[in-house]
Amino acid sequence: MAVNQTVTITDETGVHARPATVLVNKAGSYTSDMTIEYNGKSINLKSIMGVMSLGIPQGASITISADGPDEEEALAGVVEVIKSEGLGE
Amino acid sequence: MKQLSGIAASNGIAIAKAFKLAVPDLSFEQRKIENPSDEISRLHDAINTSKTELEKIKEHARKTLGDEHAEIFSAHLLVLSDPELINPMTDKIESEKVNAEVALDAVAQTFIQMFESMDNEYMRERAADIKDVTKRIMAHLLNVTFPNPALIDEEVIVIADDLTPSDTAQLNKQFVKGFTTNIGGRTSHSAIMARSLEIPAVVGTKTITAEVNEGDMIIVDGMDGTVIINPTSDEISQYTSKQEQFEQQKQEWAKLKDEPTVSSDGVHVELAANIGTPDDIEGVINNGGEGVGLYRTEFLYMGKNELPTEDEQYESYKSVLEQMGDKPVVVRTLDIGGDKELPYLDLPEEMNPFLGYRAIRLCLDRDDIFRTQLRALLRASVYGNLKIMFPMIATLDEFRQAKALLLEEKDKLVQEGTKVNDDIEIGIMVEIPSTAVIARQFAKEVDFFSIGTNDLIQYTMAADRMNEQVSYLYQPYHPAILNLVNNVIEAAHAEGKWAGMCGEMAGDSIAIPILLGLGLDEFSMSATSILPARTQIKQLSKEELASYKDQLLSMSTADEVEAFIREKTNQ
Repeated sequence: MAVNQTVTITDETGVHARPATVLVNKAGSYTSDMTIEYNGKSINLKSIMGVMSLGIPQGASITISADGPDEEEALAGVVEVIKSEGLGE
Repeated sequence: MKQLSGIAASNGIAIAKAFKLAVPDLSFEQRKIENPSDEISRLHDAINTSKTELEKIKEHARKTLGDEHAEIFSAHLLVLSDPELINPMTDKIESEKVNAEVALDAVAQTFIQMFESMDNEYMRERAADIKDVTKRIMAHLLNVTFPNPALIDEEVIVIADDLTPSDTAQLNKQFVKGFTTNIGGRTSHSAIMARSLEIPAVVGTKTITAEVNEGDMIIVDGMDGTVIINPTSDEISQYTSKQEQFEQQKQEWAKLKDEPTVSSDGVHVELAANIGTPDDIEGVINNGGEGVGLYRTEFLYMGKNELPTEDEQYESYKSVLEQMGDKPVVVRTLDIGGDKELPYLDLPEEMNPFLGYRAIRLCLDRDDIFRTQLRALLRASVYGNLKIMFPMIATLDEFRQAKALLLEEKDKLVQEGTKVNDDIEIGIMVEIPSTAVIARQFAKEVDFFSIGTNDLIQYTMAADRMNEQVSYLYQPYHPAILNLVNNVIEAAHAEGKWAGMCGEMAGDSIAIPILLGLGLDEFSMSATSILPARTQIKQLSKEELASYKDQLLSMSTADEVEAFIREKTNQ
């Protein structure tokens, strides 16, 4: 049973290089499959090139999903990073 | 033993083994493979080796250059583990039975093209990251060495065709004792970096990469531009003693660090430094700089995806002013265009960028960008002794417009209740011959002149200073240049203003006596040239040199001028 959560990006430059690196690294530390969805496109959250190619701007509403044995933990972990990096809320 | 000569770019002597920084041949053949799973594990091995290597590079960069420079390698590492990149490669090997090189190249090209076609500059730059990373994997697949300057862990001399800013950012001064390149001149990026890292360098040797083998013993003499490949033991001992002399001389120079610059007949001139970032101030102070004669603000605008904000600029200007205390700091407003472009401004490509839309021309047209910089400068002005200089001024009207914008922003700030220094001198950089010719008219309106010789020489001689085929025309001692320089100095003094110089010429041991005789007030140069220049000036008599003025200005060739000065100053 997959879990997901929607957050709003508040960083004025959107999801740029450094936070994207942090997000992908965090996602990569879990075994669950993870995706990030923006503007109707769903991308593997463990792919740095995928995440950057979304070009997520400030004000965007994105949905993070996790599916797998550690999905609850994975979702909470990634959402926590988004907040602690000042990326979104 | 073999000897080459190039352009002496940074003082000092280095003796060490050659480390060739060249991109290896990465061409490959397409093969049908029998066993895809073996081929896939070959690919994974190459990726894993690349990862280990990048981890090492990242650690090196973190230690020697700081977290910020190391960040780029974190992104490279993530690309190496990106399933969206790796899975299509293994799929291709499996389904098409092609070798790993073919799969890697095909998938990489797809991504590179995808990123290159994006309309966001930042994304386009990511294409370069993918290229870097896939080249590294390719090198491991082909079993060829991929050189990494950051991985150097023994004393070497780096040999390269040219060094890019990112190459130089990876150099560790502890191990890289010097470098030498095929191309470049005294004002090319690599030469400027060498001087700020204080490592000896010879550039523009044309053939060094072809002449040297990895591991050859090399001597680099950054003082006269000599490079010796596989020297004899006599040469090694000869250069070792020259190296020791240079070290001793450096210690002698250091004693003059806190002394004013005074000629043998008691005339004081100011020796200032050219800087690019607030971090350079440490070098200015350690080398006894009496001020900053040129703060190139372009670096605030380069290497980013968007214009710097007013606050960002304010912090940098404030930091420089505070660190310099009450010593003068001449800030040059944005000089972009020409050879320094900003991708995010999307400037049209020009046939003749050095004669085109750049510096003050761009700033007066895009006054939104200009006003932001002026506000940041004005706000920072209360923290020190700020002087503002406009670059590439060709007409009085341009100066008047720029000054009017500055005064407008000043009024606005004062009305908003922000404190602004009331005594900011406003001057211009003289690098266009038209301005040098009518300096007298300018002198009535500006507070100072600073002569930018790198451009003034190339515009006066109509010779691109980056083009090696016409580099013989780059003649700082040409009588035409001396007459223009003299005209500017006389014009300034007639109105009670000061004249400085902020090109490479100001730190040149032949030019210094000439300029002192012409009455130049301020000499601004690379920080490391200051102490040698102070030592030289202490031995020169301004009165004597001034007496040669008419003779020098009426000479016919640069050679004549140089020979005359060498004779008079025993050089």
